[in-house]
Amino acid sequence: MDLSSQSHTAATCPVSLTINGEKRSFDLHPWVSLLDLLRGQLELTGTKKGCDHGQCGACTVMIDGERMNSCLKLAVSLDGAEITTIEGLGTPDNLHPMQKAFLEHDAYQCGYCTPGQICSAVALVKEGHAHERHEIREQMSGNLCRCGAYTNIADAIEEVMAADKAAPVREAAE
Amino acid sequence: MFNSSKVVGLPLSRIDGPLKVTGTAGYAAEYSAPDMLHGYVVCSTVATGTITKIDTSAAEAFPGVVKIYTYENRPKAAWRDSKWKDEVALPGHPLRPLNNDRILFDGQPVALVVADSFEAARDAAALVQVTYEAGEPHTDLAREQGDSYVPPVPRMQAFMPPKPRGDSEAAFAQAPHQISAEYTIEGEHHNPMELFATTAIRHEDGSYLIHDKSQGSQNSHDYICNIFSLDPETVVVRNSYVGGAFGSGLRPKHQLFFAVMASLDLKRSVRVEMSRQEMFYLTWRPTSIQTVSLAADDKGHLQSVMHHALHATSRYEDYQENVANWSGLAYKCDNVTISYEIAKLDVPTPGDMRAPGAATGITALETAMDELAYEVGIDPLELRVINFIHRDQNTDKDLTSKALHACYREGAERFGWSERSHEPRSMREGNELIGWGVATGIWEAQMSPAEAKVRLSSDGKLTVSAAASDIGTGTYTILGQLAAEAFDLSLSDVTVKIGDSSLPKTTVEGGSWTAASSGTAVQVAAKMVIATLLKAAQKIDNSPLAKATEEQVEVAEGRLVLETNHQVGIALSDIMAAAGLDEIEEHAKIEPDKSIQKKYSAYTHSAVFVEVRVDEELGQVRVTRVVDAVAAGRILNPKTARSQILGGVVMGIGMALHEEGMVDHRTGRIMNHNLAEYHVPAHADIEEIDVIFVEEDDDKASPIGVKGLGEIGIVGVAAAVSNAIFHATGSRIRSFPITIDKVLGATALESETLQ
Repeated sequence: MDLSSQSHTAATCPVSLTINGEKRSFDLHPWVSLLDLLRGQLELTGTKKGCDHGQCGACTVMIDGERMNSCLKLAVSLDGAEITTIEGLGTPDNLHPMQKAFLEHDAYQCGYCTPGQICSAVALVKEGHAHERHEIREQMSGNLCRCGAYTNIADAIEEVMAADKAAPVREAAE
Repeated sequence: MFNSSKVVGLPLSRIDGPLKVTGTAGYAAEYSAPDMLHGYVVCSTVATGTITKIDTSAAEAFPGVVKIYTYENRPKAAWRDSKWKDEVALPGHPLRPLNNDRILFDGQPVALVVADSFEAARDAAALVQVTYEAGEPHTDLAREQGDSYVPPVPRMQAFMPPKPRGDSEAAFAQAPHQISAEYTIEGEHHNPMELFATTAIRHEDGSYLIHDKSQGSQNSHDYICNIFSLDPETVVVRNSYVGGAFGSGLRPKHQLFFAVMASLDLKRSVRVEMSRQEMFYLTWRPTSIQTVSLAADDKGHLQSVMHHALHATSRYEDYQENVANWSGLAYKCDNVTISYEIAKLDVPTPGDMRAPGAATGITALETAMDELAYEVGIDPLELRVINFIHRDQNTDKDLTSKALHACYREGAERFGWSERSHEPRSMREGNELIGWGVATGIWEAQMSPAEAKVRLSSDGKLTVSAAASDIGTGTYTILGQLAAEAFDLSLSDVTVKIGDSSLPKTTVEGGSWTAASSGTAVQVAAKMVIATLLKAAQKIDNSPLAKATEEQVEVAEGRLVLETNHQVGIALSDIMAAAGLDEIEEHAKIEPDKSIQKKYSAYTHSAVFVEVRVDEELGQVRVTRVVDAVAAGRILNPKTARSQILGGVVMGIGMALHEEGMVDHRTGRIMNHNLAEYHVPAHADIEEIDVIFVEEDDDKASPIGVKGLGEIGIVGVAAAVSNAIFHATGSRIRSFPITIDKVLGATALESETLQ
């Protein structure tokens, strides 16, 4: 590999992102992933790094409302985007309905994949493509949970989907 | 004895849950400090050999790089092996990162790049040029079988096979029904979702706060203090939240060593976080080859059990686990021979992974039991029932309890086992062959020494503290429940402090012993606080409790009262005010009762029922239903307990169908070191799982009636899946994981023989 030392002195790029409703401007090296920006500079560590290769889903956030592995996005490519992370959904004292459902169904154990599962689940409900349980399972399969909380996660999502049908729930903070 | 519970035994949500679902729980890599540096590890690209040259010049010139460590400039660390041995070290020589030019396994750390940003460290690491003289790798257990050996230094005496009993060879030869087969299980990798990471925060006075991904903060603390001769008082290690571990965090990992080494050398705070790829170069569940021979009479009574187990270890340590001894105690049999060996490969030292040994050995035994059932011609569940024994024949001890009959009965009923047709390939729906399989699970109910403090404040709130860990197991919650119960409080009145090496001594969280051990310590500490309250209450003039003994009082609704008459008592706040106390704190130290251990063996048990559907043309296996009925003594929290079993079952499905570290034996290197190619079960793989906890009273396994749940959920699952695949397809596949290619190959053969 020929990475000349010049590359790391390369110019930074200006980027504007709206993160959890707050507009922020940065000068970033082009190789910084959205995940590393969030976890590093912004200390929004709710978004997790599980593989850095788009294989586990722990880093799932919503970009302009769509779920995305933040490790697969270079931050500089997202100028003008709206990002919602787990921190933008709810707080311990004011949980988003999906967070509440995860809590009640024990849809996690170690908690490390959980923010990604929840962001993915919130987006999945919004997408409106999953109606049956097997569709939820299929469409959540980008989010691995090594503790094996899958059945509880599906229960939590089903509950939120049912409530959403009965009465539209609070929208995610955007 | 535990009937009056108001908090314990309820399906309460985790007290750490709100932090976990909001992303506010902090894991090891999520702490930072001003001017913190980042380390990135360079891993060897050969499995065995010698480093002939390391060229760091390009990497050192990389902007942001502060220092690069190799074996040529590594700062001094302890010289004696004993200093490198952690709490759960193995016989052999612990790995010392960057100790010399020798390479012992693929992915061994050969350099650490430290830079002022993660990206700079990572990118510069790619510029470190290492030249090797590679040796010929030996990584194929099947090929190295000839060099296997009985471990000369047992890791634990209990892991060594029991003396043979009866005459298993003769009994085998004489029995009317015999089966004998070899079972292989490929190596597995723990792959917790959180990457191993350490953030070493250096304070101005040179003291340290270290956030480490570990199953024991005190193990990490002592390890690092021993290696670097640090004053133990100046180092605190925390593992407040652990993003899964499953055994991989029992022993300290190299990122802890590196973060502290660089921090001491550079006098800066340092974080080292592994890559996912690196996680495959760590501890693993070793590849195994087992032979099980069983014989029975015409009714299915076992006449002979012979089990030989072989698994891999590394060049530098003798990893050992109890693989085969289960076969000597699972069922009644008077003629038993068990043998156990290991063989050295050019691999990292294997380690404990969820139900170490049992998950491996019982997979073989329980598949063999299924084979025997078909050989004898009886129902596989019936075979297990008629060979039931309420005794440990290996040690000739009674059992503290064994509600396994209830597991069989309740599990079978929930699953609908009585509807099963015995013949293989006799159940089908459309393109799919349906199979039902069953297996027994066993794990030890263990206790370890443990300490805990309980503090009662004058506002009536409690604080529990211990160095225990919660790796997703629910430790925070169940310790809080036990304390709340003792003081008739709700869970929200209790603060639980764990995951900190400065708190009361606790062993690593492993072996399913934390609930029994730390739980007992919390209960004893709570009782000590109540005893102190009683003493203070008796000093009050005309105390209504003047003649009461510790056994006669309890706390109810904020008062210390007579158990038999709650009218008689004094408010806790009045007792503390009269004694002039703001708080009462007691420190309990508990140990397992040796007199009980001398007389009894203690195990958890389970019966696992599995339905698979196998697409005959595609060879795809789906596990559509699992019922796991578990006898594990008292269940402190059915919600978190159920999750433990679910998790075990899911990992067992992975073991049965998906998981294997694939090594190219020509290079000795692992090929699928990522989560796309090492498949762990995903949402789509997991359908219905039903968990039953059967009633089991046990006042001997632990004083609080708890037996532990972390391991039992996985045990037997892979066998039940393989038995179900046999029932569906008529093909017995004895090589795990049972991947599509094996199913297709075997079912093609089966179809041919049927035609």
